[in-house]
Amino acid sequence: MCLVRRFEETVLDNFSKGAFHGTTHTYIGQEANAAGVLAHLQPEDIVISNHRCHGHFLAYGGDPRALFAEMMGKGTGVCGGRGGSQHLHWRNFYSNGILGGTLPLAVGMALGEKLKGSHAMTVVFLGDGALGEGVVYEALNLAALWQAPLLFVLENNRIAQTTPVELALAGGIAERFEAFGIPTAEVDSSDVLEIWALAGECLAKLRANPGPQAVVIRTCRFGPHSKGDDTRPAQEIERMRSQRDPLEIHEDRLAADTRRALQNEVQAQIEDAFRQALADPYPETGDFAEHH
Amino acid sequence: MPTILDSLNYGLKRAFAADPNVYLLGEDVLDPYGGAFKVTRGLSSAYPERVLTTPVSEAGITGLAAGMAMRGLRPVVEIMFGDFLTLTADQLINHISKFRWMYNDQVQVPLVVRTPMGGRRGYGPTHSQTLEKLFMGVPGLVVVAPTFLGDPGELLCRMILETVDPVLFVENKLLYLLPVQDETSLAEFELLETNTSSGGTLSTPTYSLALRGAPPAMVTIGAYGYMAELARQAMLKLAYEHEIFAELVVPTRLAPLDIDPLQGSLRHTCRLLVVEEGSLSMGWGAEVIARCTETQAVPLKAVRRLAAANLPVPASTFLEAKALPSVEQIVEKCLEITRDG
Repeated sequence: MCLVRRFEETVLDNFSKGAFHGTTHTYIGQEANAAGVLAHLQPEDIVISNHRCHGHFLAYGGDPRALFAEMMGKGTGVCGGRGGSQHLHWRNFYSNGILGGTLPLAVGMALGEKLKGSHAMTVVFLGDGALGEGVVYEALNLAALWQAPLLFVLENNRIAQTTPVELALAGGIAERFEAFGIPTAEVDSSDVLEIWALAGECLAKLRANPGPQAVVIRTCRFGPHSKGDDTRPAQEIERMRSQRDPLEIHEDRLAADTRRALQNEVQAQIEDAFRQALADPYPETGDFAEHH
Repeated sequence: MPTILDSLNYGLKRAFAADPNVYLLGEDVLDPYGGAFKVTRGLSSAYPERVLTTPVSEAGITGLAAGMAMRGLRPVVEIMFGDFLTLTADQLINHISKFRWMYNDQVQVPLVVRTPMGGRRGYGPTHSQTLEKLFMGVPGLVVVAPTFLGDPGELLCRMILETVDPVLFVENKLLYLLPVQDETSLAEFELLETNTSSGGTLSTPTYSLALRGAPPAMVTIGAYGYMAELARQAMLKLAYEHEIFAELVVPTRLAPLDIDPLQGSLRHTCRLLVVEEGSLSMGWGAEVIARCTETQAVPLKAVRRLAAANLPVPASTFLEAKALPSVEQIVEKCLEITRDG
């Protein structure tokens, strides 16, 4: 969680300094979701992520230097600079920036593994904003119909870019999954241990009886949707930061010196990764003429 | 005599027999119905575990099949009508066709999406369109159209078993009931097949057809799918009624576009007519002409396009016949082009 936080803060600090180009969607405030869920993964398991993917990628075990480099458009990036912030693939991790459209893909990967007779299961992250996309419901239907071994992790941060959930969503969120017969657990928490325990139960059920499960996490996005597009009142963000910071919640459990040592270690790791990525070369341009 | 429908059906069965990783997903594909156009007939009886009848969810099943493909399977999706490809557009454009390149060549999406396309069945504006032009300019997506020449089933089978990139396989509905051509049925013609690949795609055949023993052709007709059959009929009329000799060039891969076989024919005709069943504007023909013109490999004397009117396809048989390209119009355009240049 600390690694994700420092990574994202470094991104935001250095965007204005010109180290990065394009866009970014930071995970600040939501770190407990990725950390809690992905701690249960086996190496063969698959993760499908969305536009807000840095936290998922790093919690999956992705290399911060490769992610910095990807966002800088460097050849050493996760995808050689071709994908950028939202389009990552490494091992069994895939992200794409089109909301909701990733769900059928996730169902297909989960089903594909089941048909191949492997024991891999798939975790797909989506936000409350994606629930506006029709293809989500095609995917929920197919997942339930064909019992794809898939965990839907819905991170409800109650805001889609600048639109609060109340202006975008009728009906309940858990009810959407339940309408398709997908067992759904809910938690309103930023405590990584609570999320970890609940995700563990869901995944244990899923592994015992391969089919879809859902977990709906009520969470808090502290930062803007992208870089400077937060229209929420400052007091609201302040209140969330003071009450729902997953790092503070968990850090309170650690002894002061352990905490400091961890923080220093992560700080050094991120600084080092950023420095290396900055020095990394741009990709070979290749011969694009053959693609004309 | 086997039809092109039989050939495609046999091609699917051969792919299923050859590779246990081949799956088919589509609406109403189970026997005894066997799919709206019967291309999948018999498949679900022979391979019940590998033929999945699906809900009416074109985007969902296309994305799902891509997920299967990225995890090592070789799925085929049947979209019941080509018109419904619009529902798959986000999956094809923003996901499937991008993955390989966007993920730095670390993944492959060996997926075949096949669909019946085109008019002349009286199905009206939303079940008669020729929409492949919307997908031909999408990087990473291979668009293939079988025609009345060669072995369409073999082409389909090879795509399913060997492609490393997503393929949109466009089957014109009127092709289905045509017989597969053999040497006897093509006795009047000289048929040449060249196989080319482009940008790392599988090699695909391009056919050239000329009247046997005729004087040198004066015009090259570029056409694909069912339009190539209309062009073949027009070639006979032109020869016997007007003494105008044409050469027909029929690519089976529409995108990425390989212009060389057409250029080869143009070198001696210097006149080009392109025929397509999609609406005229911004179409395949426009791209073909642009490519032939900008290379300046051949000084062209005259070019023409023939395509559907820029209108929705009418339901009335009478109106539909006027809106879509016909043999008579191909003849007319060829006469025009030989007068002009």
